[in-house]
Amino acid sequence: MAASNVLGIIYSNAYDSLLGELTSVRTMGSVPFAGRYRLIDFVLSSMVNSGIGKVGVSTKANYQSLMDHLGSGKPWDLSRKRDGITFLPPFSGEKYENRLNALEAMLPYISKSTNEYVLMADCNVVCNLDYTEIIDGHIKSGADITIAYKRGIAPKLSHVMSLEMTEDSRITSVKIGEAGDKACDYSLNIIVMSRVLLERLLRSAVVMGLKNFEFDIIAANVNALNIRGHKIDEYAKVIDSLQSYYDISMELLSGEYRELFNAENPVYTKVRDDMPAIYGICSKATNSLIADGCTIKGTVENSILFRGVYVAEGAVVRNAIVMQDSYISANAKVNCAILDKNVVIKPNKELSGAETYPIYIGKDITV
Amino acid sequence: MVKKTECLAMLLAGGQGSRLGILTKNIAKPAVPYGGKYRIIDFPLSNCINSGIETVGVLTQYQPLELNDYIGNGQPWDLDRSYGGVHILSPYQQIKGTEWYKGTANAIYQNINFIDRYNPEYVAVLSGDHIYKMDYNKMLQYHKEKDAACTIAMLEVPWEEASRFGLMFVNDDGSISEFEEKPKNPKSNKASMGVYIFTWSKLRQYLIDDEANPDSGNDFGHDVIPAMHEAGERMFAFRFDGYWKDVGTIDSLWEANLDLLNPKVDLDLSDDSWRIYSRNPIAPPHFVAKNAKVENSMVGEGCYIAGELDYSILFSNVTVEEGATVKYSIVMPGTTIKKGAVVEYAIVAENAVIEEDAHVGESPEKIDNLENWGVTVIGEKVTIGKGAAVKAKEMIDTDVKGVK
Repeated sequence: MAASNVLGIIYSNAYDSLLGELTSVRTMGSVPFAGRYRLIDFVLSSMVNSGIGKVGVSTKANYQSLMDHLGSGKPWDLSRKRDGITFLPPFSGEKYENRLNALEAMLPYISKSTNEYVLMADCNVVCNLDYTEIIDGHIKSGADITIAYKRGIAPKLSHVMSLEMTEDSRITSVKIGEAGDKACDYSLNIIVMSRVLLERLLRSAVVMGLKNFEFDIIAANVNALNIRGHKIDEYAKVIDSLQSYYDISMELLSGEYRELFNAENPVYTKVRDDMPAIYGICSKATNSLIADGCTIKGTVENSILFRGVYVAEGAVVRNAIVMQDSYISANAKVNCAILDKNVVIKPNKELSGAETYPIYIGKDITV
Repeated sequence: MVKKTECLAMLLAGGQGSRLGILTKNIAKPAVPYGGKYRIIDFPLSNCINSGIETVGVLTQYQPLELNDYIGNGQPWDLDRSYGGVHILSPYQQIKGTEWYKGTANAIYQNINFIDRYNPEYVAVLSGDHIYKMDYNKMLQYHKEKDAACTIAMLEVPWEEASRFGLMFVNDDGSISEFEEKPKNPKSNKASMGVYIFTWSKLRQYLIDDEANPDSGNDFGHDVIPAMHEAGERMFAFRFDGYWKDVGTIDSLWEANLDLLNPKVDLDLSDDSWRIYSRNPIAPPHFVAKNAKVENSMVGEGCYIAGELDYSILFSNVTVEEGATVKYSIVMPGTTIKKGAVVEYAIVAENAVIEEDAHVGESPEKIDNLENWGVTVIGEKVTIGKGAAVKAKEMIDTDVKGVK
């Protein structure tokens, strides 16, 4: 079925604190990723490519950069008269404590929509998925709630759900919290249910003063409701720390970017109208993802350069993630580092972290 | 109160560009790709919006499909306005019969009603197939200062090239004393750039008179401008000294592209204050693989480069496989260059495939008589078979079989 009957809900702030300084000035959803994107682009593009035309973006704090990025929703074709994208910031004074709070505050928006189903997703999952498969599976199986999961070592998230299922994917028990280093079936927090059921669950949560989505809505209802898992075999990775942000970025360079990006399901993002990347005489670039607007006169290896980065003559950038408009001056050396936007590395400076402990340089800092 | 339109632009984009051969088989010249992500028309359109001109009529006639599609509602140039914005103006049926645009002046004449709707003080007439960055507002201020009926943007060109242009003789006060259209022995090197600003009330009358004259070719350069001059209207030249290029031929298109790699050339596309807007490809950043060698080149989004790249421009989503070499070439979107293939001194159009070990183009050094040398062109969706060779100056628009 076409997902046009589905309302998309995105939590832009979920797990903000895990990325430390990277999210000190932005939401998880607006964390730059893969050279020209923000994390929200992946879930939003997946929704749009699956035919979802109405999306509510829940925001809690620091959402200036997110609003700037999403604007009217035009690049995702979500700037519409009917449906389209809606920001759902908190009402004055309120602050969402958790996922359940955020959903409760969204109740009027959810009740007013006419879509039959709701698909909820987080921003810290890097994927380019066809959600119609999950939605179709949900309808076909007659499930009340469907949770997309992946098999492997669960991310180190405080509320990660590891699932136990019968052979026909009915979830029989949900464990919440870190699951150790053994492979398990962990939730990607892509959850589908009917809008009516979600409303009912939320209203009773308000009445009963429930506090936690994972415990009180999912785990508590494992027996009362038909909750099923939907296995994801495609590329989907969960960012749970600055280190995993770095690792997942670097793994793109070993070929995984081809699993994430394909011509059929483009990932949309805000347009910046940069010129194409320019390479100078004697520039050396290998095994790197390089966005438009970059100027490369030095050496770039195993790195991801965002839009508008300048690598001057004699500069060497290795194993690094360099965000928008940063400037690496002549003969500077950067190794195993994450440079946020507009960072300037002065001439001849050397900066080196380790692969297991990359250095992070904050936005607008001059080194 | 309705916002007043002081100056409106009419962009002539109907030209075929026949000297670009197979590159303009299916598209009009202004839609020809340029500079790794742009199309030629992005330059005048971006100049308009950057100069504060928010109402633009684009006159299309030859193969308009791609161009109309590209311009769309004008959103990439911020020209999607509820008042003004970009309008595609194609020839239309009328009670007295249907007419194509007979010439540049006739094209504007047929759209007098469009211009009158906005009732502008001034009209800029621009060409859709030149590459340059220019502030039309400065020219408009000059036009107003001089109280001119017509102001023509003027560029000093090298004397040896002057005979290719419409030339002007300019007095010390900037007024134009004489015109000369592509003379054999030029006496001036002040060339017209095909950028005009007219006081609309004046131009309107001259267009009507020109249309009534059965001997007129209905062309700005040949008919309307000389008529205004003869009638003694105030005509001024506005001096421009930046980069300007008419990409009329294959060689000049190739050169204009490679100009972007020359640091001495004054055409900065990364200038924040004068962005060149375009419809952007939706593609991830480009990837350079482990053994790739990329030097002195421009690379668009979504490319995959594992081979060697030198002094070339790749548009979006081009693949250069390991062991392939691309130098002194322009490769348009979606083209694949396979293992061991060589592409040099060539323009390869969109979605072409250069199979393994094929060789496209030749270096001028390898050719005895330089007159026989020229840039090689491979057309849209053409496949050059395994091991095949395409010589200098050739233009290929059907598949070439491989060599065993």
